[in-house]
Amino acid sequence: MTHHQPKIDTSPKVSDEIRKTTCYMCACRCGINVHLKDGKVAYIEGNRDHPVNKGVLCAKGSAGIMQVNAPSRLRAPLKRVGPRGSGEFEEISWEEALTIATDWLEPVRKENPEKLAFFTGRDQSQSFTSFWAQNFGTPNYAAHGGFCSVNMAAAGIYTMGGAFWEFGQPDWDYTKLFMLFGVAEDHDSNPIKMGIGKIKARGARVIGVNPIRSGYNAVADDWVGITPGTDGLFILSLIHELMKAGKIDLDYLARYTNAPVLVNGDPKSPEFGLFLRDDDGKPLVIDRKTGKLTAFDKPGVRPDLHATHRAAGITHRPVMHLMAERYLDKQYAPEAVAERCGIKAEKIRTIAAELARVAFDEAFELEHEWTDFRGEKHKTMTGRPVSFHSMRGVSAHSNGFQTCRALHVLQIILGTVEVPGGFRFKPPYPKPVSAHPKPHCGVNPGAPLNGPHLGFVQGPEDLALKEDGSAARIDKAFTWENPMSSHGLMHMVISNAHAGDPYKIDTLFMYMANMSWNSSMNTGGVMEMLTDKDENGNYVIPRIIYSDAYSSEMVAYADLILPDTTYLERHDCISLLDRPICEADAAADAIRWPVIEPDRDVRGFQSVLCDLGARLKLPGFTNEDGSAKYKDYADYITNHERRPGIGPLAGWRLGKKGLTHGRGAPNEAQLNSYIANGGFFAKHIPEGSNYYKPWNTAYQDWAVEMGIYDSPQPYVFDLYVETMRKFQLAAEGHGDRQPPDNLRERIKATMDPLPIWYAPFEDGNVDPVEYPVHALTQRPMAMYHSWGTQNAWLRQIHGLNPLYVPTKIWEANRFAEGDWAQVTSVHGTITVPVAHMAALNENTIWTWNAIGKRKGAWALSEDAPEATKGFLLNHLIHELQPPKGDGLRWSNSDPITGQAAWFDLRVKIEKVSAPSESLPAFDSVKSPVGQGPDHLEWKVGK
Amino acid sequence: MHPAPSVIVFTTLSGLGFGLLFWLGLGLPAVSGWVAFVFFAIGFGLAIGGLLASTFHLGHPERAIKAFSQWRSSWLSREGVAAVAALLVMGAYAALLIFFDIKVTLLGWIGAVLSLVTVYATSMIYAQLSTIPRWKTPLTPALLLAIALAGGALLAGQITYAQILLPIAGVLQVLWWVRGDGALLQSGTNMASATGLGDIGTVRAFEPPHTGTNYLLRELVYQVGRKHALKLRAMALMLGYILPVLLILIPFAHALAAVAVICHLAGIAASRWLFFAEAEHVVGLYYGKR
Amino acid sequence: MTQLPEKTDRKLGLVIDLDTCVGCHACVISCKGWNTENYGAPLSDQEPYGGHPSGTFLNRVHSYEVQPLATSAMPHPAAQLVHFPKSCLHCEDAPCVTVCPTGASYKRVEDGIVLVNESDCIGCGLCAWACPYGARELDAAEGVMKKCTLCVDRIYNENLPEVDRVPACVRTCPAGARHFGDFADPDSNVSKLTAERGGMDLMPEQGTKPVNKYLPPRPKDQMDQIDVLAPFLAPVMDEPKGFLGWLDKALEKI
Repeated sequence: MTHHQPKIDTSPKVSDEIRKTTCYMCACRCGINVHLKDGKVAYIEGNRDHPVNKGVLCAKGSAGIMQVNAPSRLRAPLKRVGPRGSGEFEEISWEEALTIATDWLEPVRKENPEKLAFFTGRDQSQSFTSFWAQNFGTPNYAAHGGFCSVNMAAAGIYTMGGAFWEFGQPDWDYTKLFMLFGVAEDHDSNPIKMGIGKIKARGARVIGVNPIRSGYNAVADDWVGITPGTDGLFILSLIHELMKAGKIDLDYLARYTNAPVLVNGDPKSPEFGLFLRDDDGKPLVIDRKTGKLTAFDKPGVRPDLHATHRAAGITHRPVMHLMAERYLDKQYAPEAVAERCGIKAEKIRTIAAELARVAFDEAFELEHEWTDFRGEKHKTMTGRPVSFHSMRGVSAHSNGFQTCRALHVLQIILGTVEVPGGFRFKPPYPKPVSAHPKPHCGVNPGAPLNGPHLGFVQGPEDLALKEDGSAARIDKAFTWENPMSSHGLMHMVISNAHAGDPYKIDTLFMYMANMSWNSSMNTGGVMEMLTDKDENGNYVIPRIIYSDAYSSEMVAYADLILPDTTYLERHDCISLLDRPICEADAAADAIRWPVIEPDRDVRGFQSVLCDLGARLKLPGFTNEDGSAKYKDYADYITNHERRPGIGPLAGWRLGKKGLTHGRGAPNEAQLNSYIANGGFFAKHIPEGSNYYKPWNTAYQDWAVEMGIYDSPQPYVFDLYVETMRKFQLAAEGHGDRQPPDNLRERIKATMDPLPIWYAPFEDGNVDPVEYPVHALTQRPMAMYHSWGTQNAWLRQIHGLNPLYVPTKIWEANRFAEGDWAQVTSVHGTITVPVAHMAALNENTIWTWNAIGKRKGAWALSEDAPEATKGFLLNHLIHELQPPKGDGLRWSNSDPITGQAAWFDLRVKIEKVSAPSESLPAFDSVKSPVGQGPDHLEWKVGK
Repeated sequence: MHPAPSVIVFTTLSGLGFGLLFWLGLGLPAVSGWVAFVFFAIGFGLAIGGLLASTFHLGHPERAIKAFSQWRSSWLSREGVAAVAALLVMGAYAALLIFFDIKVTLLGWIGAVLSLVTVYATSMIYAQLSTIPRWKTPLTPALLLAIALAGGALLAGQITYAQILLPIAGVLQVLWWVRGDGALLQSGTNMASATGLGDIGTVRAFEPPHTGTNYLLRELVYQVGRKHALKLRAMALMLGYILPVLLILIPFAHALAAVAVICHLAGIAASRWLFFAEAEHVVGLYYGKR
Repeated sequence: MTQLPEKTDRKLGLVIDLDTCVGCHACVISCKGWNTENYGAPLSDQEPYGGHPSGTFLNRVHSYEVQPLATSAMPHPAAQLVHFPKSCLHCEDAPCVTVCPTGASYKRVEDGIVLVNESDCIGCGLCAWACPYGARELDAAEGVMKKCTLCVDRIYNENLPEVDRVPACVRTCPAGARHFGDFADPDSNVSKLTAERGGMDLMPEQGTKPVNKYLPPRPKDQMDQIDVLAPFLAPVMDEPKGFLGWLDKALEKI
């Protein structure tokens, strides 16, 4: 019998139209092709031309279609009618909503703008929202960086003018050894997956350092199952080994870092530990050719790493000497750190040897001629094919800043930053601290703030303090408690506002921040603070305005809801002024545009801010005749100029001779050009300019041309951070601005200008014997914060989150599948389902982040597994450290940057009989959007 | 495997029905007229009722007619064809016998054989599946045929045959269970072969692909009630085989025979529930389950 | 047609690289998206926002922990984690096809893709019983069997740019752990990868002759192996002071 089979159409029509925009399913910001049929979203795939993802797309991105149709979408502005936290609202018109907001905010601005706290969560328009806040005049603005990864960002910028994360990337084309430390999955996630796939295909080695062997660590060739909070110690031990063996790149250190810079060695001097400088304020080195004191950047100078300078009986030594003294100490020997880190000494030695072997024995040259900032020409570019990447795992500890610094020092002494095969910056980085703004907090009623809120302090004089020395900002950023808190401390806002410390506020205005749930430490406490009333029966935090696209847990706690659109219904710009999407080889930015129109009475939050800004007569949002300056956010994106010729988008601006990129006048058709180009703009860095960028004159000139800098900004890497020493000096009693006495010792101890390691604060605050277990969360690759749960496809993958327990603890507690455990920290207790994981540090338990949900939120039914079995670790973590008996509030944060120390957490665990649902359980909130349908057959084409 | 009531009812009833038709086809008992009508009605009722029940688990029962087309390769298709053939032949035989009092012996014999072929085809639907090692054995058709023949004999009042066949079926049942309990292990399919990771070390399922359930877990990785399996087996053995034999050893009485049939039917239903519920599909290995 | 073709012209299928898959589920959702909108009935979801969400998926990613045995070179090997995507393997001897009573399941003679003709499917589920891999799921809303089509409506689709004529899962995979090609061609990318990396069959003893191959993870944790240890770094001095002496000498050489 012959084989016969049905005829099928193998060339069906795919869609009516493809619209290209930018994903918003996490912070990665990939390019997407949105296929439309009959005006509806039919399919979403990656955009092959896009610099970030080059066609690939993760689970979240592909599931965007379920985010756009999610029943949890808010439908209209809401005014609270029940008590706060009940979820009882009535729908109101936009006119009414904006009138209410204006009536609340106008007097605040007129009388005391600091009474508005405006914090914007996972905002991707921070350069815009901060501009709005600055115009309003409040000093109280930040996004979520403080509770996310400010340690990573700030340590990178203070050390080398850029960090991992979106600031740079491994040189995937040449790297042969890639070492990654604790990585959060929602930043640069597709590029990292693509990179790992690419280097593994050619046989490069991947070393994963993470207590948990999942995701990237699962595919790593070698796994270092480190004890949480000890990464810094491990890294310093690698530095010890490398220095001891002389396996450091001396030429690189001498030329491109402050290792040769001389440090004032006079203990009696108020400048003890600061750099020797010339009359122009330039740090001094000894020129190896002449033996003379010379400015570090003088043309032709060969800075000497070895020579010292003796004057007035005092020997001033270069940074290199201080490093040798510090890191060759036996306290950093592998044997000395092995037990604490949970890594065998032999393994530390093996890794050090492998780093050295690949960096030095496999070094190579690229035939690109280039000229450095001292005017010296180089025939080739030396490649050192070792690269590193890191993110939140090392960052979210109270020792995270110093740990991140240590990691940068490690890659710098190997000479592998901004060289072929190493770690490379993405424009607008590299950018030294000096090229960043400083924080501003100058409040004038009825007028804008005196400058941008956030920035990089360069000494005590830049702290955001009032005349009386109290904190100028509600989150106490840039105070002695956390002087270098470049991203603010969003996690402290509610707690401080509730406590009236440093002062009380009138209105809390938030965007896309689920503060009453997974975005806060001490979730239950935050709910109480948001609903707490004073003796007169008024809410302690009088007014709360919240904007979100979805029915998140936070909605119930606001008085006024401004419903945002989904990401396919809005304009956005992924700007070079913000957190851009560049590649190491190109400057790039991108837009979102409404590829579909909203079917509800919702508005893009940024457009609402334009409107509100005009109603409040904010100067940046009002024309001279009092009319609104920007019709909507698209209008702002097109026409706003931050500096003359520099706008939110760099592509297709108007030059003198027509269209140009980088600097240029606004172009009314700019957004159309972006749309025509697939939603993004990319300009490649010329070959020969694309490595050694901080010192490469060709790159510096290109960056000026692009508008990234106004003038060339060459600099050397700061192995030794002088700014930190300035804070130490203040703590030692020097200068006009000095810390309160209770903080002096801590500042002296932690703000060391060379990376150090100290135990996470939790180790000192709780008894490690009673609480022997470290508890962590990780972000699943298929979910982004709490958003994934409303997604019908993604929540099937991660509908609940067991607590993963290592074999040792599993067996000691005689756990079996289906068992539950009670987990207790010094702050709280949770009761949750457990599961066994062998590929895990033996003293660490963990779970997926933000899977647990409040009943009634996200349009889920009340028996949703997220609400009955899912849970948050947040209940175990307090925003404050336990009381120390000194009557003071000590934030549970890094003492340098204020980064929330999520991962310091220590707990104990015991088996308990299974409760009916995970504990603590909270009452349900009334859903303002009802509940989703009970079945889905989503096919838009016929 | 999910013990779907429709499938349990189908295999239990239709097995019994075709078993009865087998004996009727052989002329045992040699009935005619209204008595024949009643016997045949019971046989057809059970067989057709069972077949109808089986359509309840179909996603598209209205397309069931298509299921007759693939008899060259599909045991399910063959079962359908055999069942229809058996029913047609036995229908003709019965009609002639009841309404015209004509007994075409050859036709009865052909119908009897087709009835057995139907039961055999049914059993081969299960016995062919390498994916379910517990079923993949010649003992499966042997058992299902023995049960059909024994039950049919019981229902047909063929006490002597029933006295022989019920113990045979009972022994086969025990053998089938004993073999089945080691079948997955014996099959050579395990987590190592399923994942190909056995060369590295001991393989353990970590996170399932979805935290919720799915069709595969519901249909193929049914685990509920397995802990009661031993008790159920004892019940099935007692009700399905031992009690009926004991009851028919007692001097013949219609009431007792009816009790024996009911016992047998209940026992076989229990055995059939276990047939599915205890069957481990190898896909369970991917979920770390069996 | 339920009988298997004696031979197919091509053997299209996937190579899945277990050494590289990071378990991100991108392929799972991309597949869900494409196949909900395209070939046959949509992949439905029951209780999508309820207590027991459950939907039809044609591709799912499992994960396994593997505990290597201790050896003298590695006395305490760490457990490993392997992410494991699984969809239809388009077997040469596909048991799901031969059991089908209606002929709805068939293997295409031109490329070996195993498909379900949904208008002929009665939803009896027997093919899912016959498949050892769990590659077939009965859609609860439509009552027909769904399975991976190898994106038969993409790979030949003239409405797609040529570069996109690959299955959705392959196009989207961020780590590049999925490869599509013709196993009948010994020079194809998939044949070469299979040969170079020891591509393996799942459950070979089931006799299904799967077309899709899995590349095993490369050996892990070599740094923990005592016998392959690279030499440790040799110190250039003992004391910090010695370092400065070395430094001076080393700088002279630059």
